[in-house]
Amino acid sequence: MQSLILTTTTRLLAALLLMFSVYALLRGHNLPGGGFIGGLIGATAFILYTIATSEIEARRALRVGPSNIAVVGLGIAGLAGLSAGLAGEPFFTGQWLFLFAEDGGKGLPLSTVLVFDIGVYLAVFGGILTLVFALEEEI
Amino acid sequence: MELLLAITIGIVVATSVYLMLDRNALRFLFGLVLLSNAVNLIIFAGGRLTVGAPPLIPDGAYAPVGVVANALPQALVLTAIVIGFGLLAFTLALVYRTFMTLGTVNSDEMRIAEPRDKRELDTGRLGMGKADPEHPATGQEAGI
Amino acid sequence: MSWLLVYPIVIPLMTAVLSYLFRNTPAGRWIAVAGTAALLLASLLLMADVLEHGVVVAQMSNWEAPFGITLAADLLGAVMVVITAITGMATVVYSLSDIPVRLERMGYYALLQILLMGVCGAFLTGDLFNLYVWFEVMLIASFGLLVLGGNREQLDGGIKYVMLNLVSTIMFLTGIGLLYGITGTLNMADLHLAVREVQNQGLLTTIAVMFMVAFGVKAALFPLFFWLPASYHTPPVAVSAIFAGLLTKVGVYSLIRCFTLIFDQDVGFTHTLLLWLAVITMVTGVLGAAAMNDFRRILSFHIISQIGYMVLGLAIFTPLGLMGAVFYLVHHIIVKANLFFVAGVAKRIGGSTDLSRLGGLYAHAPLLAFLFLIPAFSLAGFPPLSGFWAKYVVVKAALDLEMWIVAGISLVVGLLTIFSMTKIWGAAFWPAHPDGIKPRLSDLPMGDRLALMLPIICLAALTCIIGLFPEPFVQFAERSATQLLDPTEYITTVLGVQP
Repeated sequence: MQSLILTTTTRLLAALLLMFSVYALLRGHNLPGGGFIGGLIGATAFILYTIATSEIEARRALRVGPSNIAVVGLGIAGLAGLSAGLAGEPFFTGQWLFLFAEDGGKGLPLSTVLVFDIGVYLAVFGGILTLVFALEEEI
Repeated sequence: MELLLAITIGIVVATSVYLMLDRNALRFLFGLVLLSNAVNLIIFAGGRLTVGAPPLIPDGAYAPVGVVANALPQALVLTAIVIGFGLLAFTLALVYRTFMTLGTVNSDEMRIAEPRDKRELDTGRLGMGKADPEHPATGQEAGI
Repeated sequence: MSWLLVYPIVIPLMTAVLSYLFRNTPAGRWIAVAGTAALLLASLLLMADVLEHGVVVAQMSNWEAPFGITLAADLLGAVMVVITAITGMATVVYSLSDIPVRLERMGYYALLQILLMGVCGAFLTGDLFNLYVWFEVMLIASFGLLVLGGNREQLDGGIKYVMLNLVSTIMFLTGIGLLYGITGTLNMADLHLAVREVQNQGLLTTIAVMFMVAFGVKAALFPLFFWLPASYHTPPVAVSAIFAGLLTKVGVYSLIRCFTLIFDQDVGFTHTLLLWLAVITMVTGVLGAAAMNDFRRILSFHIISQIGYMVLGLAIFTPLGLMGAVFYLVHHIIVKANLFFVAGVAKRIGGSTDLSRLGGLYAHAPLLAFLFLIPAFSLAGFPPLSGFWAKYVVVKAALDLEMWIVAGISLVVGLLTIFSMTKIWGAAFWPAHPDGIKPRLSDLPMGDRLALMLPIICLAALTCIIGLFPEPFVQFAERSATQLLDPTEYITTVLGVQP
């Protein structure tokens, strides 16, 4: 589809959507949000781009094959679960690291839960795009 | 409220069964989509309907404050929706690819994997037997 | 907490990730081989642990049962994981020759590993909803494998497979939703206790039948089996072998698990229903096979008929019956996968799986003919092969309860099985090839021959070992059946309390 308005706004919107998807991902631990919804929003950016330009263009913009992204996401999520083993706790138990933590405060909380969420983000992002690109190719 | 939900589920299931009785694979798929939504409602109703806040724990507390909704069915429904979405999207792509390759979505006409045998057709037995010489499975590549 | 329960799930996952990333290079397939070998090792370690310590349990994320997801392995679960790993190993080795590079680049090995992960997860989980999730993992991988390559036959069979399995999945989910509604828990061990306190036993039986339908479709029980003969002969041989070996057995396993642990409150109704379904399944399966004229389609119908024996063992619901079911389950996975492998080699050197276009295999490939006879006779139940003991125990269990008709029918079905096996023998192995081809194994390159024949030889040897030294296997099945009928150990280990 060729539409000047769509292609122009897509540039802005796609960037905004991608940024918002990362925001949703990071917000997810204590508030509504998280890897799944973040991945969906991120995929929306590229779907919009596909509609505005073409599936080939979108693939080029993505650089890496979407199925590879999804699989890497799966691997990251699995590793996040496995990391609990290093601490001698059951599979998928969250491990926390509080950077610069002062008395009473939490400082900068880092956790394997976040790593898992990033894995989910990539898996959803890649999975949805694999599907959409495949369908787009057919039609 | 439960009664209303039960009646709704009943109507959705009835509609989906009607759709799934069709020989058109696409209609069958739409029936499946409806049916999976009905099942999600069943799980949701199974967790009891409560008027309450979302099950979020406020900062600093260790348990939710006041009456909150049952979180488990929500988690189950969410999982079921996600999985259902993936499966149904795959199936839609499969139906489309099948239509492009076989030229039909009518399940009665899909007989390539189980070809009718002429000889057995005459004696009234359908769908059993060896390869049909008129419609040999060519193994034409379509590449999914 | 035992990490041994996690490995059979994580190893295939990581193998899938790596082999997918390297799918365009030969490294991908060797990663798959190594990963499956690691899975086999892990499953054997798990087995050793279960034999030594009894039921092994792991609470995911440190959430106590029944609130979190529990993984648990009793004897049945452990042996199923071992047999999954063995079949997986055989399939991966066979695939080295059977799967063209084109399919490899589409991620064949990754899908296969995801399938193994789903199957292992289903065998190890102690949570009903988690079982649903593993079913889905297995299903999506099997969809992919079934239509990978996408020729006309595959799409045709794939549509029927996908649609009917989705219906079963939705039925399963409905059952889970209703069961949660009346008991408030989904942990299987907790459910065992919770269903006893339910007032409305009639509703519980309704849910039980819902589960029966859902697992019945997966297990290809009469009258829900039509997707199986429509699709199992269409994908590449390696794929149909692992499907034939494992997938329907996950349905049978789930039936056994649910109808011993959860739904044993109305045995008079549910298990009698299962009994007659099993008998009709046996008969329809074997009659369907008798009408077929294609190597793989005959074998597909035989899966259905053999499923009948396993469910029969469950339906009899005595220690001996369940023991037979467990023994049959293990024996049948090995034998059926092996027969599909043989069909694949026959297709490779003879050019077809259609019996009217095959021939001369006995004259030109006597080794293959011999290796066909072992699983074929085992399937039919000839002593001293594994199938004999499996059938013997099931029929004995039926006779003990004086079910003369049931026992009689299962013996006749055994005879008819021999009929189809001789039909294959009489068309594909004995006469000369109709096109004058001389199907020789030695025409295959050395590497192909090794990859194709090694799994067949190993599985055939396993059949013989079980047949010739049945003592430890029978004892194992007996212990496993006792554990199933009296799940106290399972429940106390999972919940950590005395019921």
